[in-house]
Amino acid sequence: MLLRLVHASLSRHRARTLLAVLGVAVSAALLLDMVMLSTGMTESFRNLLLGRGFQLRLAPKGTLPFDTDATIPEATGVIAALRESPAVEAVSPVLGANVHIPRPGGTVTTIALGIDPTVQGDYELIGGRDATVAGETVVNDFLLRQLGARVGDTVTVAGGYDPQLRRFAGERRVAITGRARFLYLAREEGALAMPIAALQALAGPSRTDRASLFMVRARGGANVEEVRQWIERRLPRVSAISTETAIAQVEQRLSYFRQLALILGSVSLVVGVLLVGTLVAVSVNERIGEFAVLRAIGVARARITAQVMLEGMVLMLAGSLGGLALGLATARYLNTILSRFPGLPEAIDFFLFQPRAAWTALGLLAVAGVIAGAWPAWRGASLPLAKTLREEAP
Amino acid sequence: MSGNAVLRLSGVERDFTMGADRVRAVRDVSLEIERGDYVAIVGPSGCGKSTLLNLLGAIDRPDAGQVFIDGRDASALGDREATKLRLTRIGFVFQRFHLLAALTARENVELPMAEAGMKAAERAKRARELLDYVGLSGRERHRPPQLSGGEQQRVAIARALANGPAIMLADEPTGELDARTGAGITALFARLNDDGTTLVVVTHDEELAGAARRVVHMRDGRVVRDERLRAPAGASASSPARDR
Repeated sequence: MLLRLVHASLSRHRARTLLAVLGVAVSAALLLDMVMLSTGMTESFRNLLLGRGFQLRLAPKGTLPFDTDATIPEATGVIAALRESPAVEAVSPVLGANVHIPRPGGTVTTIALGIDPTVQGDYELIGGRDATVAGETVVNDFLLRQLGARVGDTVTVAGGYDPQLRRFAGERRVAITGRARFLYLAREEGALAMPIAALQALAGPSRTDRASLFMVRARGGANVEEVRQWIERRLPRVSAISTETAIAQVEQRLSYFRQLALILGSVSLVVGVLLVGTLVAVSVNERIGEFAVLRAIGVARARITAQVMLEGMVLMLAGSLGGLALGLATARYLNTILSRFPGLPEAIDFFLFQPRAAWTALGLLAVAGVIAGAWPAWRGASLPLAKTLREEAP
Repeated sequence: MSGNAVLRLSGVERDFTMGADRVRAVRDVSLEIERGDYVAIVGPSGCGKSTLLNLLGAIDRPDAGQVFIDGRDASALGDREATKLRLTRIGFVFQRFHLLAALTARENVELPMAEAGMKAAERAKRARELLDYVGLSGRERHRPPQLSGGEQQRVAIARALANGPAIMLADEPTGELDARTGAGITALFARLNDDGTTLVVVTHDEELAGAARRVVHMRDGRVVRDERLRAPAGASASSPARDR
């Protein structure tokens, strides 16, 4: 009967109920988007870093990976040293450099990654086969379009350009063996990858046996922090950065996003509460006489209060479910726009749907709806009975 | 209090403040109403009839004196106990029916039963019996706006009888009805009382008052005359309206 009364009450003014649900839906969508925004980039970045299973990154001492052009010397020795630890399962060296590919109408300058194809964690092959020997390369679709080339074509790649001598340190013909999606690079950014030794040779003597960073995968069960500390002791010329440290640094840089999300999320929650509170208060004021009659025939004050609070919760829940759909649609659209931001890795999402966070946000709204309805409900059910019957009964 | 009294008022006073004025709505009223009686409270407007009815129904509390309802001192009850007393021992019929417009006739009748915790199937059966008793069989799915004034008042009477009250209180039950429809309600009240329901009716309607077994006259908050017309009715074991 309680549910029947709630239904009857909400269906009495259908347009008002619908508008209330829509209002809550917009508020819930904004709250959901803000929750997704506040955690999305961090989680997305975490997934990106851990996606290939490498928990540690080694960069030249005092730098962050690819923050500078600095490189780590004696890469072979570093790999050997790292393999001394039984806790280290795999080491993936990466050398970054700019290379130049002459084409009719001009030279295309692009990013090249020297990798060990057997353990690389920088790209996913999406067509063709991997570049396993010197003279082979995989490229991303953007570069393919820039070059007007296809898998199977051969191009000339030059590296180690000396602006004073106006010549390249190395130049060689390489076959494009596959198409790749580079995880840490932007979609609108050309890139290729080849075995690290080939890129070292191409980049000239300054890059001989050097790497920009090493990615290290610890064995299952190993304490990553202990491995990190061991590496820094064993290799004093490198900084070993764990995923958690990298994420903490990203979080620090994204603190503005989180603050913005927190403020806007709180505002949307308050708006939702005020909206439902106002509607419930209006509804209670309209029904004071009805409540007096119900009280007169023996309906308990708590039952009337529960009914009104349930009405608030139904409005909030219905609005929240609508808000879930609206929020996801909005987030998807905004993500499409923001992912075009220059220089951002293709795999980064601004809005990441996390069920727990979403249900927390929506649950918060539902509870807020109940609280918003509590005071007007109690007030409506607590008016002096005889006086209210005399003055307000319908 | 006699052994058969279902209501007793002893030295009851009730005052109201209206602006700067203090209105003495009920003054030193003492009254006993027996089980099976049919009492009409009459008097000019503003004489305190409705206030007295509210006191008899535990809707209001006296400033002084005591109100015993079915043996319990209603003036000493807390809100929760008074609410339960109204739910289980008292039936109310209002001048303007006060049905919930969004519910059907049957749902309106079921409402007090649901509040009392009766199971859905049982209360649906009893609601149908009561609607049949008040002459509304076949109208149970109609909502109040689809019913005439007389029909709405019959639904309100069925609702008042839902939990088998010890006493039914009615405040101007024919006040919103035309003479012919009012006569129908008067006849229904007489039948209810003949079947054993104790009735207290506040009314200006002479026909309704004339159908009562006892008429209490009020003026300026006091009982000025108390007429016994007929002896109280005995209980009927077969009526669905009987005291449960």
